[in-house]
Amino acid sequence: MYKIIKKQKLSDTITKLVIESPLVAKKRKAGNFVMIRVVEGGERIPITIADSDIEKGTVTIIVQAIGKTTKMLCSLNEGDFVLDFVGPLGEPTPIHNYGTVVCIGGGVGTAEVYPIAKALRDAGNEVIGIIGARSKDLIILEKEMGEVCNKLYITTDDGSYARKGFVSDQLLELINKGTKIDGVYAIGPIPMMQVCANVTKPFGIKTYVSLNPIMVDGTGMCGGCRVTVGGKMKFACVDGPEFDAHQVDFDELIMRNRTYIDLEKTSLEKYEEHICNLYEKSLSGKGVK
Amino acid sequence: MPNPLKPSERMKIPRQHSIEQNPEERNRNFNEVSFGLNEELALLEAKRCLDCKNPVCIDGCPVRIDIPAFINLIIEKDYSGAADKIREANYLPAICGRVCPQEDQCEIVCILGKKHDPVAIGKLERFVADYEMANKLFKSPVVTNQIDKKVAIVGSGPAGLTCAAELVKLGYKVTIFEALHATGGVLRYGIPEFRLPKEILDIEVNRVRELGAEIITNFVVGRTATLDELIDEMGYEAVFLGTGAGTPNFMEISGEHFSGVLSANEFLTRVNFMKAYAFPETDTPIKIGKQIAVIGGGNTAMDAVRTAKRLGAEKAYLIYRRSRKEMPARIEEVQHAEEEGIEFLMLTNPLRIVGDEFNWVKAIECQKMELGEPDDSGRRKPIPIKGSEYIIEVQNVIEAIGQKPNPIIQATTPGLGVSKRGTVVVDNKTMVTSRPNVFAGGDLIHGGATVILAMHDGKAAAASIHEYLQKGG
Ligand SMILES: Cc1cc2nc3c(=O)[nH]c(=O)nc-3n(C[C@H](O)[C@H](O)[C@H](O)COP(=O)(O)OP(=O)(O)OC[C@H]3O[C@@H](n4cnc5c(N)ncnc54)[C@H](O)[C@@H]3O)c2cc1C
Ligand SMILES: Cc1cc2nc3c(=O)[nH]c(=O)nc-3n(C[C@H](O)[C@H](O)[C@H](O)COP(=O)(O)OP(=O)(O)OC[C@H]3O[C@@H](n4cnc5c(N)ncnc54)[C@H](O)[C@@H]3O)c2cc1C
Ligand code: SF4
Ligand code: SF4
Ligand code: FES
Repeated sequence: MYKIIKKQKLSDTITKLVIESPLVAKKRKAGNFVMIRVVEGGERIPITIADSDIEKGTVTIIVQAIGKTTKMLCSLNEGDFVLDFVGPLGEPTPIHNYGTVVCIGGGVGTAEVYPIAKALRDAGNEVIGIIGARSKDLIILEKEMGEVCNKLYITTDDGSYARKGFVSDQLLELINKGTKIDGVYAIGPIPMMQVCANVTKPFGIKTYVSLNPIMVDGTGMCGGCRVTVGGKMKFACVDGPEFDAHQVDFDELIMRNRTYIDLEKTSLEKYEEHICNLYEKSLSGKGVK
Repeated sequence: MPNPLKPSERMKIPRQHSIEQNPEERNRNFNEVSFGLNEELALLEAKRCLDCKNPVCIDGCPVRIDIPAFINLIIEKDYSGAADKIREANYLPAICGRVCPQEDQCEIVCILGKKHDPVAIGKLERFVADYEMANKLFKSPVVTNQIDKKVAIVGSGPAGLTCAAELVKLGYKVTIFEALHATGGVLRYGIPEFRLPKEILDIEVNRVRELGAEIITNFVVGRTATLDELIDEMGYEAVFLGTGAGTPNFMEISGEHFSGVLSANEFLTRVNFMKAYAFPETDTPIKIGKQIAVIGGGNTAMDAVRTAKRLGAEKAYLIYRRSRKEMPARIEEVQHAEEEGIEFLMLTNPLRIVGDEFNWVKAIECQKMELGEPDDSGRRKPIPIKGSEYIIEVQNVIEAIGQKPNPIIQATTPGLGVSKRGTVVVDNKTMVTSRPNVFAGGDLIHGGATVILAMHDGKAAAASIHEYLQKGG
């Protein structure tokens, strides 16, 4: 059992949790993730390690509530526990001094690119950050990214904050303005990563993405997370999750992630019905109608 | 001489068979297929044993259970004594009695088998273990010896559990590190409930714990801490690696990316380990079509196809390149599969998987094969028959074509000798690796093998670790 030490809502759907796990805190590097199972009978899901505190023995994760398991996770409070928490998993990001690196985060992907941006900056890189989301209230970690980036750009799809448009538009503008770019890390929804890869490809700029296929064990034992990279089958949990963006078959990943879509919906509906019932019960318990 | 019968009388008794769930019923539930022998049948079966002067059956058992001794205790109705006798050599009798390939081990060499059927040693082993559990006769032995040295065991499969039990009995402080959230390795995530109920597994694992082994789950050696950190920072003086061969192979044919194509490991892990059979009561989903195909001929393939049938597949095909004779699965399991209505497509090789507009599997194209000359493995090599290609409509393809060791430890441990196949290299007597304080066994050194071989290795390694640590480490 792993205790939740701190909880903070970053937006309507995005929650930051600080969880006690001294061993993971000590070993984790940028790019690593953990597998979490919230309750008995629950699913194992992968979540990136956003940060850690070795002294306090805690690991920070930032979770977007999209389905049953992530909603359940985000509904936990300080002092609650998650049943299983294992890691750090995956190959860490190779951190060198490349020169100038652009770190792009889309939506909750900002939580995943943040530790990489931080590590790259610590290694002496000039780090340019671009973070984006659909609208203003979905922009997360603006302050934190601002602290680790030499320069930070923000985009919103609807123009409710900063520049209107996509992160890829900002990236293309930087390239067109002649900014010297030695590498790009782009993490977020698959279509966003795909577009960023398409932007940098003609310019031959090395680009990395962190893939998010469906995982079961997270230790290389099932092959459920297989992705095609450079025409070869790779297991994202042990060979990745980061890969050369110009080699990734994104369309295949999008299709594979839809495998259980109808069942995931069933699972979520059932959960929400259950929550509703609990709520109604608590109301009637208090004698309120 | 506990056996009242003369040898000639013993030989007249036919081999006794387990009571089993009827096939039409059991292929729709996950309850155990076999109920084993009852007391009466077990007593009769025990009396068939000739109590040989030179009991070759013992040589056939990789952990050298004193087979005639435990059988004699059955005849004396001292079932608890019989169980203790087995446990002197094998701490997991209820598991081995169920899944050990006894027909290729102790029973194949049994003297009685020369002219008649061999003694049903495995079934007697199971009877004793089950009787002891049902009547709550088990008492954990008290370990009095104390050696102030710590040993780490990596992996809680049969290799790790056995090595741990042996070392605890010698007095060591033993910790098992397990990557997953539950113990047992393949015994839990691979072998289905209908062959090995989780309750039985839990009882036998808990006995290893009760004996004194500490078990830490959610700990991936190589990631949570490296092997060297276990030794240098956490104070373990020797390490046993029993991490198995969990990484599935894929055929590498076209169409493997379609939804509905799974490794048998993923399929069985979802169903057995994550309990997808109970979805949506549980959260891990599985989707099985009306027609499914499993590819392979081993125990894994058999478990996968029988599981798919139980999840509602109306047509469950087993596709295998060679003929039935060459199938590596246990005979009993092949028979069970056939009784349950699995359709065997032998001498058939998959060529490609076809998908629909939603990227789901809709068919598999196969080719007929014929058997040619024997290859390196001594089995006759299948050769494709030209023009024999045909299409079978299926909504799932489950691949059970072999596994290789999970690479995490090998990749994070400098100086550990690893073969081209990814297996860890050991001295086959002492199980020591290229590093003097690191030992290994089970599927990690063989590729996919058997439960009892893993247990043999765990035991052999425990003896070597003891010797190594007594010499001062
Ligand atoms: C390496 C990696 C790192 C990730 N890091 C983060 C993170 O830091 N923060 C965050 O909010 N999310 C992260 N994710 C995504 C997160 O794992 C999924 O959102 C989560 O599993 C969805 O589960 P659910 O039950 O809530 O939703 P579901 O209803 O089950 O699924 C919704 C969608 O999520 C995807 N998904 C479903 N099950 C899994 C699974 N077992 N593994 C991966 N994806 C799945 C599918 O595409 C599905 O359509 C990461 C994924 C990976 C692979
Ligand atoms: C579906 C199936 C059916 C089978 N049926 C039979 C049968 O009927 N009879 C038979 O004799 N054999 C059978 N086998 C083979 C048998 O199960 C294996 O040979 C045996 O389990 C090997 O034991 P092991 O201890 O070496 O490894 P495993 O049982 O594989 O256990 C290894 C354990 O190590 C853990 N691990 C891996 N890496 C790490 C790490 N880095 N850190 C910590 N822990 C780690 C794993 O999570 C796992 O729990 C079957 C195999 C399968 C897949
Ligand atoms: S463990 Fe296996 S080989 Fe040994 S006696 Fe039992 S069934 Fe036979
Ligand atoms: S070889 Fe067969 S008959 Fe002889 S002791 Fe062993 S089990 Fe009994
Ligand atoms: S999640 Fe199972 S192999 Fe990657």
